[in-house]
Amino acid sequence: MKVSVVQGILSANDQLAAENRDQLRRHGICTINIMASPGSGKTSLILRTLEGLAGRQRVGVVEGDIASTVDADRVAACGVPVVQINTGGQCHLDAPMMRKALGQLPLEQLDLILVENVGNLICPVDFKLGEDLNVMIASVPEGDDKPYKYPGIFLAVDAVVINKVDLLPYVHFDMAAFRKLVSGMNPDVCLFEVSCETGQGIDEWVAWIIEQREKRRRT
Amino acid sequence: MHELSITQSILNIVNEHAQRAGAAKVTTINLTVGELTGFVDDSLQFYFEMLSPGTLAEGARLNITRVPATVRCRACGSEFHLEGLQWICPQCQAVGGDVLRGREFQVESIEVVQGEAK
Repeated sequence: MKVSVVQGILSANDQLAAENRDQLRRHGICTINIMASPGSGKTSLILRTLEGLAGRQRVGVVEGDIASTVDADRVAACGVPVVQINTGGQCHLDAPMMRKALGQLPLEQLDLILVENVGNLICPVDFKLGEDLNVMIASVPEGDDKPYKYPGIFLAVDAVVINKVDLLPYVHFDMAAFRKLVSGMNPDVCLFEVSCETGQGIDEWVAWIIEQREKRRRT
Repeated sequence: MHELSITQSILNIVNEHAQRAGAAKVTTINLTVGELTGFVDDSLQFYFEMLSPGTLAEGARLNITRVPATVRCRACGSEFHLEGLQWICPQCQAVGGDVLRGREFQVESIEVVQGEAK
């Protein structure tokens, strides 16, 4: 006998992610899931963003890593609430981990949550956490061909932050071709050229975050 | 990729539906997997053999239907398969396009034998 099922394989995670999202929305919190490969500058971007948002938005951070607390320690030094999730080898954060992290953050005192996902361009894309926005970092030394190799993430994000633009004179990275390809794949995506080293472009990126947060507060 | 946790999710869905249908045994699991999901068939088979023993799905055949990644060109409207994931329209050479198919990832149906579970 054939039994029709027609159920998304990740539906259990999707369901819990929707609950997380409801909880976050009730608190008026805008949540940004930041994904990228290892070494692209996720923690550096978060530190720069915290600097830019200081005194303007109350921010909490969720740090996902396979092991260690080095990133969380750097963020905690900025004086913001931070929760470290060690996935114990798992290549991505998922909705149950996010749920646990939310239980450890002072939600009633926050406007924004930045989530640093595990360094990986494939797996985190499939697992919703309850976020409002997905952002990826593509750093210049990784090359301009990443959209060809990892289409899933470029299709899934609301913004791409191109980090390490201060290295453009030293490595081959065709910015025009990269922009054209990413916009072709995902016409709604916002692109930001930044350097977490020099601070270039950070103001524009921070302004976008504030705009996104305000947009959600009104709706 | 994360095939272990994915396989566990598949098993949970399959066993739940099998139980609801009063099945004694699941013989086939029909999955639809889009090309853009980056999902590896061999790993799924491997983990399935590891995780399914003792459940209704033990010994079931995994039947995976692959859906090719298909894109519609935004410039000329023609549909094309993402050959080697190259995002260039073969008709007009425009870059990019809207994904029509290739992101599917679901359990479509199961085939079961009804009766008392052993």
